[in-house]
Amino acid sequence: MTLLARTGSGEPPPSAPRPGRHRLLPYLLLLPGAAWLLIFFGVPLAQLAAASLYDPSGSLSTGYAMTWAFGNYPDVVQAYWPQFLRSFGYAGLALVLALLLGYPLAYAIAQKAGRWKNLLLVCVVAPMFTSFLVRTLAWKTILSDNGALVGLLRDVHLLAPDGRLLATPFAVVLGLTYNFLPFLVLPLYASLERLDPRLLEAATDLYASPAQAFRRVTLPLSMPGLVAGTLLFFIPASGDYINAELLGTPNEYMIGNVIDSAFLVRLDYPQGAALSFLLMAAILAVVFGYLRRAGTEEVL
Amino acid sequence: MRLSRWLADRWVMIVALLVLGYLALPILVVAALSFNRPSSRLSYDFNEFTLDNWRQPCATSDMCDAVVRSVQIGFLATVVATVLGTLMAFALVRHRFRGRSGINVLIFLPMATPELVMGTSLLALFVSAGVPQGFWTILIAHVMFCVSFVVVTVKARLAGMDRRLEEAAMDLYANEWQTFRRITLPLVLPGIVAAALLAFSLSFDDFIITNFNAGTTVTFPMYVWGAAQRGIPPQVNVIGTAMFAVALLLVGLSSLRGRRARRANLLAGPPGHLRRSS
Repeated sequence: MTLLARTGSGEPPPSAPRPGRHRLLPYLLLLPGAAWLLIFFGVPLAQLAAASLYDPSGSLSTGYAMTWAFGNYPDVVQAYWPQFLRSFGYAGLALVLALLLGYPLAYAIAQKAGRWKNLLLVCVVAPMFTSFLVRTLAWKTILSDNGALVGLLRDVHLLAPDGRLLATPFAVVLGLTYNFLPFLVLPLYASLERLDPRLLEAATDLYASPAQAFRRVTLPLSMPGLVAGTLLFFIPASGDYINAELLGTPNEYMIGNVIDSAFLVRLDYPQGAALSFLLMAAILAVVFGYLRRAGTEEVL
Repeated sequence: MRLSRWLADRWVMIVALLVLGYLALPILVVAALSFNRPSSRLSYDFNEFTLDNWRQPCATSDMCDAVVRSVQIGFLATVVATVLGTLMAFALVRHRFRGRSGINVLIFLPMATPELVMGTSLLALFVSAGVPQGFWTILIAHVMFCVSFVVVTVKARLAGMDRRLEEAAMDLYANEWQTFRRITLPLVLPGIVAAALLAFSLSFDDFIITNFNAGTTVTFPMYVWGAAQRGIPPQVNVIGTAMFAVALLLVGLSSLRGRRARRANLLAGPPGHLRRSS
């Protein structure tokens, strides 16, 4: 679990003075926080699992009966598999884009920025200084049919005269890329910052081309940050529904939109719960499959 | 060709600056739109320059109520989460105990779980327990997802601390409480402050989890979400710009203080001391 936990393991545990008096202390320190997490994170997950097996014919007003209705799962997959596929498709596409944009950015800040390093880092996190929703709405202005960007693209015939950017899959993927890019760049930067430039010089001295030096030295050494950043990007992106709602149309709806409406509009709790659980299972499957392929299990 | 050599040397930096431009663009648009008089309620285009939005940021009073509510929730959630998380961080870094890996998993999981799943599962809990949703359920949810981030931030600071300073204090006859008050706490404080700022910004900006647990209570993100369907008042961009300016100011001040502290060290400290603090 180095991604987050290894930060604390650098120091050997303290030389416990006077046992007995101190034996209970760590538990007392942990108790309030752990209890809060158990009651408001652990228990709700169990409750959600239970709700996903409720009798789907019940309703919020009449109450739900627990009937172990495992049929809820195949039902929601059959009804909503396009949204599931779209969620992972859009998130995957956004991830590829984010890697293409984020890797050079992280590399430049870590290795080339010199005294401007801190300033550029602030620029990376600056978007998060203001509201997520307000920023996403700003893209509505940028991509608007009357906006400068659409006008320019129409003039150079990259876009048909009646072509649009807003309310297309492109807008949603662009929004996802934008919103979660800092989560990818920061861990990547942390890895690349530790890269010793002399290793690259050594590779060049040994007749490696720049591309070879990148593939054989830089890339492997940045792997921990790359894996952590990819996960920090992909997990929220695949569960996101704000971009699809604000920048897309119902044709671009992702699984989050369906879950949102199941719980808040249609009030179909068993269905919403089953969808939530499937989303979590799918994300975990992707994450662990990816970690195994990346061969860096120790990162988590 | 000289141009191509120049490009080959700098293309990484050029790409990086373009990407930073992509990241900055929406903020510039938000700032510009805060000076806009929109042509209609549902228009997102820049129409006409005006200072009215800044002069009367609370022209739509329910928006300002929502901002106030977000600040209240953010403040309370920050206080509770920072206390709980700091205690946990001390336990994890300073003590050896059984069940450590279980606690680590419990802290890690909320950060790896999609917000959507946390939001819906809390909703399922509150509904089945018959808890009416509103201010307090939002607060409970916010503390829950902030705690883990506080633990991680404070833990990093604690783990990097030089324990010999505390030992020195003890050698000079400070008791445990004095050592904690005079040495440990001041040294960990920057980590705690950073964690609190992070918790506040997470809470203030949270939409997804809040959306499932708010009942009829409206926070600022909830207000923006609702307004996106009915038409956004331009004052929303005033709040967005002001938030950005405040955060930028805080970062600027802290980096200025850091620089001044470094300069003071440079003048006063022996070389070893200098290296450690920089």
